[in-house]
Amino acid sequence: MHSRKPFYIFVFLLFFVGIGASIYRGIEHNVPFLPGEQVQSWAIDAKVSFNGRNQPAEVQFSLPNDPAFDILVENTTSPGYGLTITEEQNRKAIWSIREASGPQSLFYRVTLVPTGKLEIKSEQEPTDTEVYLWPATEKAAAEQIVEEVWLRSATNLSFAKQLLDLIHDKNQSQNMSLLLSTNTSTKLFLQMLHTKGVPARNVSGLVLEDQRRRQTLTTYVQVYQDGLWHLFDVVNNKQGRDGNLVLWEYAGGSVLEVMGGRSSQVSFSMLQDTRSALATSIDMMMTDDALDFSLYQLPLEEQSLFKGILLIPIGVMVVVFLRVIVGIKTSGTFMPVLIAMAFIQTTLLTGLIGFLLIVAFGLMIRSYLSTLNLLLISRISAVIIVVIFIIGLFTLISFKLGLSEGLTVTFFPMIILAWTIERMSILWEEEGPKKVFISGGGSLFVATIAYLAMSSELVQHWVFNFLGIHLVILGLVLVMGQYTGYRLTELKRFKPLVGEK
Amino acid sequence: MKYAWPWELSRAGVLNMNKRNIGYIGKYNPRKHYKRVDDKLITKQLALANGIAVPDLIGVVQEQHDIELIPAMVIDRSGFVIKPAKGSGGKGILVITRVDNGRYYKANGDEVTPNEIYRHVSNTLSGLFSLGGRPDVAIVEGLIVFDPVFNGVSYEGVPDIRLIVFKGFPVMGMLRCSTAASDGKANLHQGAVGIGLDIATGKSLHAVQFDVPVDKHPDTHFPLSDIQVPHWETLLHTASRAYEMCEMGYLGTDMVLDKNRGPLLLELNARPGLTIQIANGKGILPRLKHVESLKGATMSVDQRVEYAKKHFCDQPKF
Repeated sequence: MHSRKPFYIFVFLLFFVGIGASIYRGIEHNVPFLPGEQVQSWAIDAKVSFNGRNQPAEVQFSLPNDPAFDILVENTTSPGYGLTITEEQNRKAIWSIREASGPQSLFYRVTLVPTGKLEIKSEQEPTDTEVYLWPATEKAAAEQIVEEVWLRSATNLSFAKQLLDLIHDKNQSQNMSLLLSTNTSTKLFLQMLHTKGVPARNVSGLVLEDQRRRQTLTTYVQVYQDGLWHLFDVVNNKQGRDGNLVLWEYAGGSVLEVMGGRSSQVSFSMLQDTRSALATSIDMMMTDDALDFSLYQLPLEEQSLFKGILLIPIGVMVVVFLRVIVGIKTSGTFMPVLIAMAFIQTTLLTGLIGFLLIVAFGLMIRSYLSTLNLLLISRISAVIIVVIFIIGLFTLISFKLGLSEGLTVTFFPMIILAWTIERMSILWEEEGPKKVFISGGGSLFVATIAYLAMSSELVQHWVFNFLGIHLVILGLVLVMGQYTGYRLTELKRFKPLVGEK
Repeated sequence: MKYAWPWELSRAGVLNMNKRNIGYIGKYNPRKHYKRVDDKLITKQLALANGIAVPDLIGVVQEQHDIELIPAMVIDRSGFVIKPAKGSGGKGILVITRVDNGRYYKANGDEVTPNEIYRHVSNTLSGLFSLGGRPDVAIVEGLIVFDPVFNGVSYEGVPDIRLIVFKGFPVMGMLRCSTAASDGKANLHQGAVGIGLDIATGKSLHAVQFDVPVDKHPDTHFPLSDIQVPHWETLLHTASRAYEMCEMGYLGTDMVLDKNRGPLLLELNARPGLTIQIANGKGILPRLKHVESLKGATMSVDQRVEYAKKHFCDQPKF
C-alpha cells in the first residue's frame, strides 16, 4: 500500500488554507465571525461656505484620512463646480468654478466606520522641524521655561507631558502667565516643543457626537516619539485619543483654503447610525475593489441560490458522519440531504408532517399500481404524477383551511419522493413494514439532524461568508473516509463477541 | 451494559465495517474484477470453465418480451429459482419449489401467479434489484434438491455455507439456515440462523439469530450444537479455488449441498458481511492478519486448505 503521507499533508493543507482564508476574511475584510453583529457608523456632513467675489474661485478642502475610521461612502454636492479629489496622503477635494458671486455652499458627505486602530504610525522619522524663533518680548521667559523642563525630561513625550502640566499649573509662574496672555495655549505648547526641535504638529480633529450640528474642527497637537504620533489636547489638558475623535487633517496643512472668496468657513453636522456589520464590510469591499473574485459580486438572485447550494456540504458532512462514525442506515445515500433542503423551505414540523402524509398516500396509490403489472419506468413515472396530484391536493386543502404552512409542501423534490415511495414499497413487499419504518425512520432522523445543522444561523453565516470553511469540510470528509475504527452502532452489534467473560 | 468498548472489540479482533471497506475490500479486491462476482451469470460461466459445480442454468431472460418464454422453460421442472444477475443481499430472488399444472408455489405453499412472475422479472430487468439501478438480466436456475442431512436444521429453504476466503485461504465459515422469519432466505439480516463452523472439521461451533446466541433452531427446535457439514473437504477446496477463479483477495463464497450433485457454488460476494464473526463468536481480524503476514512461495489450493485447517481450527462454544 502506498504511503499515506501525501494524503495527510493534503488534508493538513486543506485545513490550514481553509481556516487561514476564513480568519483572513474576518480580520482583513472585517466580515463578522458571528451573524447579526452590529457596528456603529457615522454620517458626517461638512458644509463649506464663502462669499464669491465675481471671479474664478478654487476651494481646497482636506478630506479625512484617519486609520481609525474607514470610509464607507463619500459624496459631494456642489452644483456648477468642477471637482477633483486628490488621492495622496493628504486627501483633498478641490472645487473650482469660473465665476462665483454671492454666498456659496459646498457640501461633502462621508460615512465613517470605526476600525479601532487609534494609533497614527509614521514610517520615517519626521525631518528636522524648524526651530521657532520667539519675539524679543517673550524670548527670555519662554527659553527659561523650556530649559527647565528640558532638563527634567528624558524623551520627546515626557518633555511634552511636563510642558502640558506646566501650562495647566494652577500656580503659574509669571513667565507662563506672560506667555499665555499673548498666545493660545495650543499655539504656545507647539512653539515650546519646536524650540527644542521636537517633531510636533497641529492637527484638526472633529469630536463625534450624535445629532450635533454646526460643529467646528478643534486643533490638537501631535508629538512624535518612536514611530508614533501621540495626540495632545492642550485646551482640555488631555493626552491620547479616544474612539470618537476623527482626525480630519493631520499632515500639518490647512483644512480649508479658498482662493477668490472671502469669509470662508466650514461646519459639520453628524449622525450616528447602527448597521449590520456584514453589510458594512461588504460595502467596504465594494469601495475598496477587494471584491474582484467573490460571491458578493453576483446578482442578489444568484447569491440567494448560492446560499442554499453552499449548505449542501454541511448536510453531506452530517450524512458522512452519521453513516461512517455512528453507523445509521439510510435509504439512499444522499436522500436525507435533499429532504433536509426541503425542510429548510418548509420548516421542520410542516416538512415532517408533509413528508409523512405524501409518502403514506403515495404508498397507498403505489400498492394499487403494483397490481397493474406495469413496467418499472412507467410505474415510477405514474408515481411521480400521482405525487404531484397529492402535493396539489394538500396545498389546496391547507389553503382552504387557512394553513399557510401547508403551501410550502411544494418545495419537496418530487422525483426524490417518487423514488422513496417506490423503494419503500418494494421494501415493504420484500421485507415487511418493520424494515420500511427502520430505513425510513433512519432517513428522516438523518434528514432532521442535517436540517438542524443547515438551518443554524451561525452555519448559514459561515458557509456563505467564509468560503474557506468548505475546504475544512472537504478535509473533514476526507479524514472520515479514512476512519477504520468501530462505528457507534457496531459497539452494540458486536457486543456478543466480548460479552460473556 | 449493552455496548462494548472499542478497545474490547479491538482486543477480540473484531473486524468492523469501515476497516473491512478500506483495509480489505478496497485493498485486496481489484475494481476491474468486480463484475466476476457481481454478475452471477459471469460467475456461473467462470465456475463452469474452472470445473466448479454450480446449479443448473435453465435460461436467461434478457429482454422484456422474453419473459413469456419462462413457462416453457420450466415446463418439466419440479421447481426453479429466478434471480437477478446483479442482485445484492439476496434481493429479488424468487424461489418456486413446486410447479403443478402450470401453477407455481413458494416453499411456504403460497401460490405465485404467472402475473406476479412477469412483474418480478420485469422489475429485475429494469434494474430494481441491481446496484445503482442498472438494467439487469434474470437468471432462471434449477431448484436445488437439498441434502436431507440438513433436515430440521433449516426451515423452508436451503441452508447455505458461507466461507470467507482471504487470499485463497478459507479463514472462517458459517452455515446459514433459513427460518420462518427469513421467508426461506438465508440472509442473516433477514432473520436466518447463522451457525459458526470449524474450519478444520466443518462442525458447528456457535449459533446466532438476529445477532443473539441460540442453541436450537427457532422453528424446528433442532439442536444446533452437533451439526457436521458433509463434504467439508470439497467445500474448502471449492472455496479456495474461487480465489484463482475471480482473483478477489477478500471474498465470500456461498455454497449449497445438493442431494445428488454435492456442493454447488451458488454465488460469490466481494463485500461479505461481518455477522459471520458473531456466528462464530470470534473476531476474524487475527486470522486475516495471520494470512497477511505469510511470506514465501505461493501455495497451491491443497496447501492452502491444509494450512487453514491447521491454523484456523476452533473450540465449540455451546
